[in-house]
Amino acid sequence: MPSTIKVEIKRQSTPDAPATTEKFEIPYRPGMNITSLLGEIALNPVDVTGKPTTPVTYDSNCLEEICGSCAMLINGKATMACSALVDKLTGPNKDQTITLAPLSKFPVVRDLAVDRSVLFENLKKVKAWVPIDGSYDLGAGPRQHPQIQEQRYPLSNCISCTICMEVCPQFNDATGFVGAATIAQTKLFNMDPSGSVLKEERLRALAGDGGIQECGFAQNCVQACPKQLPLTEAISDMGRDVFIQQVKDFFTR
Amino acid sequence: MAASPRIIVVGGGLAGLSAVIKIAEAGGTVDLFSIVPVKRSHSVCAQGGINAAKDLKGEGDSVLKHFDDTIYGGDFLANQTPVKAMTAQGPAIIDLLDRMGVPFNRTPEGLLDFRRFGGTLYQRTAFAGATTGQQLLYALDEQVRRHESEGKVTKYEGWEFLSAVLDSKGACRGIVAMDLRTMETRTFPADAIIVCTGGNGAIFGKSTNSVVCTGSAQSALYQQGAFYANGEFIQVHPTAIPGEDKLRLMSESARGEGGRVWVPRDKNDKRVANSIPESDRWYFLEEWYPKYGNLVPRDVATRAIFKVVYEHGMGIDGQPMVYLDLTHLPPERIHKLEGILEIYEKFVGDDPRKVPMKIFPGMHYTMGGLWVDFNQQTNIPGVYAAGEADYSIHGANRLGANSLLSCIYGGFVAGPQALAYAKALPAQQGDGGHAAELQRQKELNNQLLSSTGTENPFKIWRELGDTMTKHATIIRYNAGLDEADAKIVELLDRYKNINLSDKSQWANTSFAFTRQLKNMLELGRVIVQGARLRDESRGAHYKPDFPERNDEKFLKTTKASFKDNAPAFEFEEVDISHIKPRPRSYTATA
Repeated sequence: MPSTIKVEIKRQSTPDAPATTEKFEIPYRPGMNITSLLGEIALNPVDVTGKPTTPVTYDSNCLEEICGSCAMLINGKATMACSALVDKLTGPNKDQTITLAPLSKFPVVRDLAVDRSVLFENLKKVKAWVPIDGSYDLGAGPRQHPQIQEQRYPLSNCISCTICMEVCPQFNDATGFVGAATIAQTKLFNMDPSGSVLKEERLRALAGDGGIQECGFAQNCVQACPKQLPLTEAISDMGRDVFIQQVKDFFTR
Repeated sequence: MAASPRIIVVGGGLAGLSAVIKIAEAGGTVDLFSIVPVKRSHSVCAQGGINAAKDLKGEGDSVLKHFDDTIYGGDFLANQTPVKAMTAQGPAIIDLLDRMGVPFNRTPEGLLDFRRFGGTLYQRTAFAGATTGQQLLYALDEQVRRHESEGKVTKYEGWEFLSAVLDSKGACRGIVAMDLRTMETRTFPADAIIVCTGGNGAIFGKSTNSVVCTGSAQSALYQQGAFYANGEFIQVHPTAIPGEDKLRLMSESARGEGGRVWVPRDKNDKRVANSIPESDRWYFLEEWYPKYGNLVPRDVATRAIFKVVYEHGMGIDGQPMVYLDLTHLPPERIHKLEGILEIYEKFVGDDPRKVPMKIFPGMHYTMGGLWVDFNQQTNIPGVYAAGEADYSIHGANRLGANSLLSCIYGGFVAGPQALAYAKALPAQQGDGGHAAELQRQKELNNQLLSSTGTENPFKIWRELGDTMTKHATIIRYNAGLDEADAKIVELLDRYKNINLSDKSQWANTSFAFTRQLKNMLELGRVIVQGARLRDESRGAHYKPDFPERNDEKFLKTTKASFKDNAPAFEFEEVDISHIKPRPRSYTATA
């Protein structure tokens, strides 16, 4: 087994700078993941030819795949870097080069860090919240059957990593598609006994250009989601609800 | 002061978001600063649940029992008045979270389900699977997004707090912050600020904490005159997965749902765990603590595991690891733990439903923090603190599932208190100290950027973490603490000779890290010196040379202040106005 790991990293010093590729060889240790590998580069920022370089900029925080920060393209696949184990990325002989690149559908900030704020803006558009009267003590919430919780909880596990948007062929500037994550959150709040008061507004926000109709049923999202959200089911349910809402609105508005 | 006071909240975890919600609701305007998008704050990592004595299981639980468990669990070091208030508000806070749409687990009747946690005999912990922190953070994040869309909140995500702006009278008039993309450093005016920047796991190198949990903001304020209290109280969680880059938490809820901790009775037993019969397993927690069993408080469980591994030499395969076994649990209990089981499976590669997990204690929580009064105000007028960043509530050891509650409680107190303070604040004289503080921070930046030394900041950090973990976690000796302090002094000296391999002024993460590193080093000294001075054992602070609690000398809050570039210490009486201190022991059989 080789004692080093070969890595190629696509780097870009500013949003407007040209992208370059830097090659590194990092000492191997068992159990390494991609974030610990990037940490090794920071400890000794020297490329494979011995040329000094800078530590790689990337987003990370929890390192246990729950904060959603560290999504990037690893060997070309949109993946969370913290849970990407080096041993699984270097091929059968453990000697293949690992490639790292920023997500391709979002503006690059620097190196592997991209700007994903579009998702948080989309969550505003669909009012992904329960409009409570206030944070003062109003007693217990409505009773809820465990079956409802069982349906809501998986949707509420979305970590906003945007991998579903990265892998979606319809998520691009031409369609302006909101993406699967936002649609799943719409379902989550429409299912909440109190949150459903905004149901119609949410469905109208998902109608029209860039809305749910842009989905091309490629189903890449549900396969790529690191938290296994039932995304296609949510899209299908919301597609139906949006359609019904549009029909209703046609006759009543 | 102006009709509409401006409040700055630093940190967008549970405590910060709770404060923001209260201020926005009361008509104030808030600027919310966070290094990461607030939805990615460290609160997201909390797993097991949130405590509140709602007594929905017919066990006769009450808020007073929750109060007593918390004080007793904290070995009587916490001031009792705020703990009493927090536990009393627990049920209302749970109800509120429920109304916000948190997908708490339910009973067949549709009521909230509760599980048992450490340091109590009651099922008092509400939970959403094993990702409760994530669910709570999201609920508050959603409420804040709603206020943001209504113009009441302005988010500065990707900005790092550097220092408070203090006027000629020492009152806070704003902050200096740095944009982590453009690296622009500027001041922001405020009539009061609330610091909710979490714990300081990064000082220990590897911990269960997130990358941003450096304690940098608290340390900066300490260096500006704020008291830092009980710094020596660091919680080492009994069950973490040792890892290359961090220690990943395996929630106490694993034991709350019935998980058992054991090692083979024969240290030379080479059989795979599943084939070792019941009679050849040593369930040491259940044997030593029959009444609480696997759910003794964390400091007790951690020391027990440490003892089994290092004194008895009974770690699995001679390694510092013991089994945390869930393989006997019925599917419905396993189902409530899926979130953490996935973590184990992804990072270790084994299926914990079939194979016992291998775990070891890891640095987890900062009981100490910025000193605050009962209104969450620090000794700097206009600077408030809440959540893990402050020292109140947890005393010498935090009980599991009390942290989420304390964050929300602290934020709910700090928000309205800061607003009331701001409304009564006289107008500032001159520029309120803005220009001078900005100048000071820019000089610190320039010093780093012009430094031509040879020291790599990440290497200094690694050495800091190694010495802190070795000398200031589970077992502490005075000689070791002295050694750790001397090491930090050496590292501070080497810091002056730093080499920034990246001097660019765009999204320069190593530059930001190097600024945090200085603050970590200064706070590291507070931790080790505070521990050095406390010649007793209390909660998480354990000295074999002083194995007993000494109330006469040390039933006191440690307060560190920054004098002549080093910590200076004083001690303050603890509020014991409600519960008389009594010996703390979990060994009883009934």
